[in-house]
Amino acid sequence: MEPVLALTVGVLAACGVWLMLARHLLRFVLGLTLLGAAANLSVFTAGRVTADAAPLIPEGAIALEGAAANPLPQALVLTAIVIGFGLSAFALALALAAQKRLGGVDPETMRVAEPVKGSSGRGDAA
Amino acid sequence: MSWSLFLPLMIPFAAAALAVLGPRAGFEARWISVGGSALHLAAAINLAVVVAGEGVVAAQMGGWAAPVGVTLAADALAAIMVLAVAFMGLAVAVYALADIDRRRASAHWHALYQLLLAGASGAFLTGDLFNLYVWFEVMLIASFGLLVIGGDRAQIDGGVKYVALNLVATLCFLVAVGLIHGQTGTLNMADLSVKIAERPSAALDAASVLLFAAFAAKAGFFPLFFWLPAAYHTPPMAVTAIFAAVLTKAGVYAIFRVFTLIFPESPALDALLWIAIATMVTGVIGAGAHTDARRILSFHIVSQIGYMALGLALATPLAIAGAIVYMVHNIVVKANLILIAGVQRRMTGAHDLVKAGGLYAAAPLLAFLFFVSAMAMAGVPPLSGFWGKLALAQASVSAEAWAALAATLGVGLFTLYSMTKIWLLGYLSPHASGRAHAVKALPRGARLALMGPVAALAATSAALGLNPGPLLEAAGTAAAQLLDPTAYVAAVLGAHG
Repeated sequence: MEPVLALTVGVLAACGVWLMLARHLLRFVLGLTLLGAAANLSVFTAGRVTADAAPLIPEGAIALEGAAANPLPQALVLTAIVIGFGLSAFALALALAAQKRLGGVDPETMRVAEPVKGSSGRGDAA
Repeated sequence: MSWSLFLPLMIPFAAAALAVLGPRAGFEARWISVGGSALHLAAAINLAVVVAGEGVVAAQMGGWAAPVGVTLAADALAAIMVLAVAFMGLAVAVYALADIDRRRASAHWHALYQLLLAGASGAFLTGDLFNLYVWFEVMLIASFGLLVIGGDRAQIDGGVKYVALNLVATLCFLVAVGLIHGQTGTLNMADLSVKIAERPSAALDAASVLLFAAFAAKAGFFPLFFWLPAAYHTPPMAVTAIFAAVLTKAGVYAIFRVFTLIFPESPALDALLWIAIATMVTGVIGAGAHTDARRILSFHIVSQIGYMALGLALATPLAIAGAIVYMVHNIVVKANLILIAGVQRRMTGAHDLVKAGGLYAAAPLLAFLFFVSAMAMAGVPPLSGFWGKLALAQASVSAEAWAALAATLGVGLFTLYSMTKIWLLGYLSPHASGRAHAVKALPRGARLALMGPVAALAATSAALGLNPGPLLEAAGTAAAQLLDPTAYVAAVLGAHG
């Protein structure tokens, strides 16, 4: 199972980076989301993928009996997914704000904060 | 004992919740922010006293013993950082009373501000690697909000770059944590310290380099600092000041913690000396190209991060103590110069020094406070910047790291050049408009809120410079604890270690 998941992580990360290199903020945010998915999947895979029982302690016992799956990587990934969701939502809202307020989504032309002297970019009104 | 660790986290969280949900949400939440920050400072002082008395203290959340439960721990470095950040938190909260307008406050600026302080305190106090990731996220999310609230065009532009590069660093952090957990089966930092020392592996080395890259981007090391000067000058100066005091320093703290406790042999450390020198030099050269006070100061943040990195690169007790002293000095003085830049803008009408001027004649008190802070920044004895630089220079000599020594001294000269530039253009030369009354006085209501923190921080800088004994001693203890983590591990793992 691990090789398949590892390959998937690689493909997701490659697609994510490729999208992030585009001169378009929306593509960048989508690429970031894919990269986030790759990160989550790699954390999940690094925690060992096993087909054991759920780690539930039976009633009356005080410890696990026999082999059980490790629940911690799943808890970590769940936390990371929640955080990643919030960050993606913020990044999308910011891309929308950039499109409305700066009049474009090409990061190359966004020079308001760092205007270049003598350029014809949109930075002159800063 | 566990309350002293818990309070510096919970007070800013409670203040943030109260600022959103309380009956005085919105503009008047600024007073909640000031009150919360005052209590936060009291809790930080209490923690520092406890740590000074008992050495390393640790507590397990929910009563689950380490390494199963989530650990909070404070050694001398953590206590120093919490104290410095809480002190700056109060100073900037007072400044924000006058600096943050009604429009920004009603977008819950003050709640996010408290959340930023909570995230920073958590990052300093946690003893768990995944928890460290979560606290960095808390800090990051709060900083996103603070950076773009107001929605000026420059803020949105700076925000895009800041958000983009920081999110990539965050993903590196997450993957590294996952790989480390997969290799060792633990996330408790003290437990990791023991396990990795027993069984090092190439996979762990790779994960440590990924982790280093993530922290280096957050701290603003060369060549990953580009988000910083692209964004830091765009929000109100209260935001820039607290960012300068907290965000990059949390990154530096994380590197100090992780690469002394968990990965003291990481291959990333082999490159650190040259990264430190390159950070110092590129930052100061960037500052040389600008005449906007905010941009000069932003580039100097980068340059001065290099000094702190140098401490860890040399990794002698003197070097690390010097870096800690320098970091505390830098937190106070750099934030103060940024606050002063905000006052300059209000009085002269421009951030660009070429369009400003005349402050020496119009505001002699401000000129005096700027002069003290600027000289401290440049490391002129006997002000606060001098002692840290002296220790770092001495450590470079003993390590025979001549390039580091040259950078320490040369970058200091260039810093003096930048400070002189602000002094000449902003203070000594007459206002660029040529009119007699171009420099306006601060409005009566805002005067105390703006000048009070500036004066208090300048006095702190002078006190740290004239009486460096206590800070040097505390930094020496912190350096000893970092270089020999036995006490930290024993405090966290207790009998299990």
